Amino acid sequence: MSSLFDQIEPLLFHVEKPARYVGGELGALEPLHGEGITSWLLAYPDTYEIGLPNQGLQILYEIINERVDAVAERTYAPWVDMEAAMRNEGIPLFSVENHLAAREFDIVAFNLSAELTYTNVLNMLDLGLIPLHADARGVDDPIVLAGGHCTYNPEPLADFLDAVVLGEGEEVVSEITDVVGAWKADPSRDRASLLKALAGVEGVYVPSLYAPRFEGCRQVGLDLLDPGAPEIVEKRTVADLGDWPYPKNQLVPLTEVVHDRLNVEVFRGCTRGCRFCQAGMITRPVRERPAAQVAEMVARGIERTGYNEVALTSLSSADFSGIEGVVADVVDDPNNGGQVSVSLPSLRVDAFTVATAAKIQQVKRTGLTFAPEGGTWRMRKVINKLISDDDLFAAVDAAFSQGWRRVKLYFLIGLPTERDEDVLGIAELGKRCVEIGKQYHQHVTVSASVGGFVPKAQTPFQWHSQNAPRELQRKITLLRDAAKKTKGLQIRWHEPAATAAEGVLSRGDRRIGAVLERVWRNGGTFQEWSEHFDLSLFQGALADEGLSMDDYTTRMRDEDEMLPWDHLSAGLHKDFLIGEYHDAIEEVGVEDCRWTPCYDCGACTNYDLEHVVASASAPAGGSQGTGQGLDLGRPVSVSLSRSGN
Amino acid sequence: MHVVPERLRLRYTKTGRIRYTSQRDVARAWERALRRAKLPVAYSEGFSPRPLLSFSLALPTGCESQAEFTDIRFSSSSPVVSPFSVGEEWSQESLEIISKELGALLPEGLDVTASSALGGAEGSLQEEVTSCLWIVEVTGMSAAQGTERVEALLGAANVPIERERKGRQVTDDLRPSVLSLKSEGPGQRVGSIRLSAELATKPRGVRPAELLQGIDPTLRLVRASRQAQLIEFEGTYLEPLTEDGRLLGVTNPTTAKVGR
Repeated sequence: MSSLFDQIEPLLFHVEKPARYVGGELGALEPLHGEGITSWLLAYPDTYEIGLPNQGLQILYEIINERVDAVAERTYAPWVDMEAAMRNEGIPLFSVENHLAAREFDIVAFNLSAELTYTNVLNMLDLGLIPLHADARGVDDPIVLAGGHCTYNPEPLADFLDAVVLGEGEEVVSEITDVVGAWKADPSRDRASLLKALAGVEGVYVPSLYAPRFEGCRQVGLDLLDPGAPEIVEKRTVADLGDWPYPKNQLVPLTEVVHDRLNVEVFRGCTRGCRFCQAGMITRPVRERPAAQVAEMVARGIERTGYNEVALTSLSSADFSGIEGVVADVVDDPNNGGQVSVSLPSLRVDAFTVATAAKIQQVKRTGLTFAPEGGTWRMRKVINKLISDDDLFAAVDAAFSQGWRRVKLYFLIGLPTERDEDVLGIAELGKRCVEIGKQYHQHVTVSASVGGFVPKAQTPFQWHSQNAPRELQRKITLLRDAAKKTKGLQIRWHEPAATAAEGVLSRGDRRIGAVLERVWRNGGTFQEWSEHFDLSLFQGALADEGLSMDDYTTRMRDEDEMLPWDHLSAGLHKDFLIGEYHDAIEEVGVEDCRWTPCYDCGACTNYDLEHVVASASAPAGGSQGTGQGLDLGRPVSVSLSRSGN
Repeated sequence: MHVVPERLRLRYTKTGRIRYTSQRDVARAWERALRRAKLPVAYSEGFSPRPLLSFSLALPTGCESQAEFTDIRFSSSSPVVSPFSVGEEWSQESLEIISKELGALLPEGLDVTASSALGGAEGSLQEEVTSCLWIVEVTGMSAAQGTERVEALLGAANVPIERERKGRQVTDDLRPSVLSLKSEGPGQRVGSIRLSAELATKPRGVRPAELLQGIDPTLRLVRASRQAQLIEFEGTYLEPLTEDGRLLGVTNPTTAKVGR
């Protein structure tokens, strides 16, 4: 094994952002490889700036490197200019620490966070001189793994992956290391015996041991090719986040990346129960980190990194028990001298949350973001995002009255049961928010950011159709026209075409592997970057494979139809998901089970887990999931005092 | 308690892998190191307070340097809870402690090589520097061609180059900015030719890549190292801070050290 850096370096003068390729982050390790050591290459299939901050990858990086018998390095997708230069010079995909060739590692493990990065996985394998198809790999080729949220339906990538990990990696990463280490020491080893052994690890899915059968557009069967492999692969979940205070040494990159700040995960899981949200379904139950551990991780992290911003991360950080106390401790810590700001990604929509935001953004009040997701209360009951109009107006009122002048609202369109009035409701809400703002400021901006809904596996909407790009475009135009009349209201939207490709990959079956390969061979990398995205590549590839985009996107699935991911489990009972689906269509909301009785979704009971929540009662001040009779749609009274009155 | 002066100038190098970061990245690395060192840095007023530090002429991404400078302002009203105090009675020892501490906290490749308190009369680093000395290594020509092309450039009345300014393509005359240029024979990198140059910074700085455009656009840049930033004053050359710690110390550009 030798460093490729001398070959790489002459290219660096001539590519964009060369710091992407040199490593050298604070916290990075340059581990020693050798006999008896299992080596992991943790790969993120997007650029360095996007991939570096990924917390999951950093957690595994530390856990693996803490072992005496294992090492981990990292790699990211080289940008197109670097890729061209590398191919031209015959330089394979390399790690950023020791600049070792990817194919020299025992395991190459991809983090799958977004479907449109899939073609980058293929490209990185190819650039790494690793046989693209799992069945073409020999005993000396790396084992190609994947983990991350997208693995709840990994079928589109099944041809290219040796094994897939479902759920959280903290524990399973060591079990896999043990299996691979033992296999490497076996002189008579072959690939098949390793795959069999991996299939025996809980949470590990080996696609080649399962063969789907298709009839027409549907999957009609799944043959288990190895009697030892589990019929259902269950996800892994860490019972107590307090046992895993990682990352301990968050990487501080030499060059600017997204989320370039200290990130401390305050809890995992979310039981708000938004029906469109895959993350909220697959990461249950809620497990809070002990507040004292959060405080310690923040204090040590600030001291160690020199960052002046810390994000308290989770799926809805304002729901953390005693969040005000945690925020106050950071903001008021005399060691921080008022110089450390706190950010709470994904604010809950209520006035109370705004008060917390006001506390943490005492200086820089640039903009606040809320995600009502649906334009009408009816729509929000369908998706179970139980925010009343009054909640939103109270939050917006609080924001404008406390000095903010810009409010950003996130919405989805193309949701199940959506009518034009729901879409127009977005403009109406936006208009009301502008009016509220005008009471406090002469000029305010309310921007409504609109994304097209893509149904995801393991959610209540997994059976439902999604809107075709044309229909999404029609709705965007409708909304834009309606919003034109309101000065100060901006409508922003995502490219509707990309939702079609994302839909094919989200709910695709194993036949989509060949489609992905065609898209990639036709130059379709970095498809999550709008300047590179090309729907025609997907349309052409589907046609060449005799498949129809509509079958994967706009087709309603039957509830008794076999879904390509039915053998993979996030713990959720199918009847729970179906019940939620029916409730959605009937516009019935459900409350958050962390503070109310259990609905037996399966996430706790199946794995003998429970919520780890410090406060037994819901946060005050808002109505979301707090047991205030929202399923009936009654408005919740919120009293606000205006400063100066 | 150690005392630091209100204004401090530091000289540092940028070598190794960190040279692939941008000037902005380096500024951010300094900000993080200063916070970690708990130095009583002064902050700007306003909505978005920034630490008050200023840098010399931006070093293009990928270039290394033996002579980078930053001026840092300290204040007793700094929001930072600091073990240092600020005042007139600063000592040389505290400057050395700061330099050593910052050197350890900065990423590898950014090394503090000299420090000096500023009295107040010194101008801004950006405005005072009049030229930079560069060592540039290129591939794509022989030593003989190197000598020939250098002579051709020096003999030309004007050397038009294309460059981008505020998003527009403009044609500039490179010739007046090339104060000296020599071909030094084979460079460190195999097959490369080493050039040394003094390039003016006014009216606007010339990047090594732009120099190559003027010599021969087919040349490939393999290494560029800034050796010195110079202030020409009544026929003598001064450095913002010499390696041996003299503020605005006189230097002889022809003997500037050739980089590692």
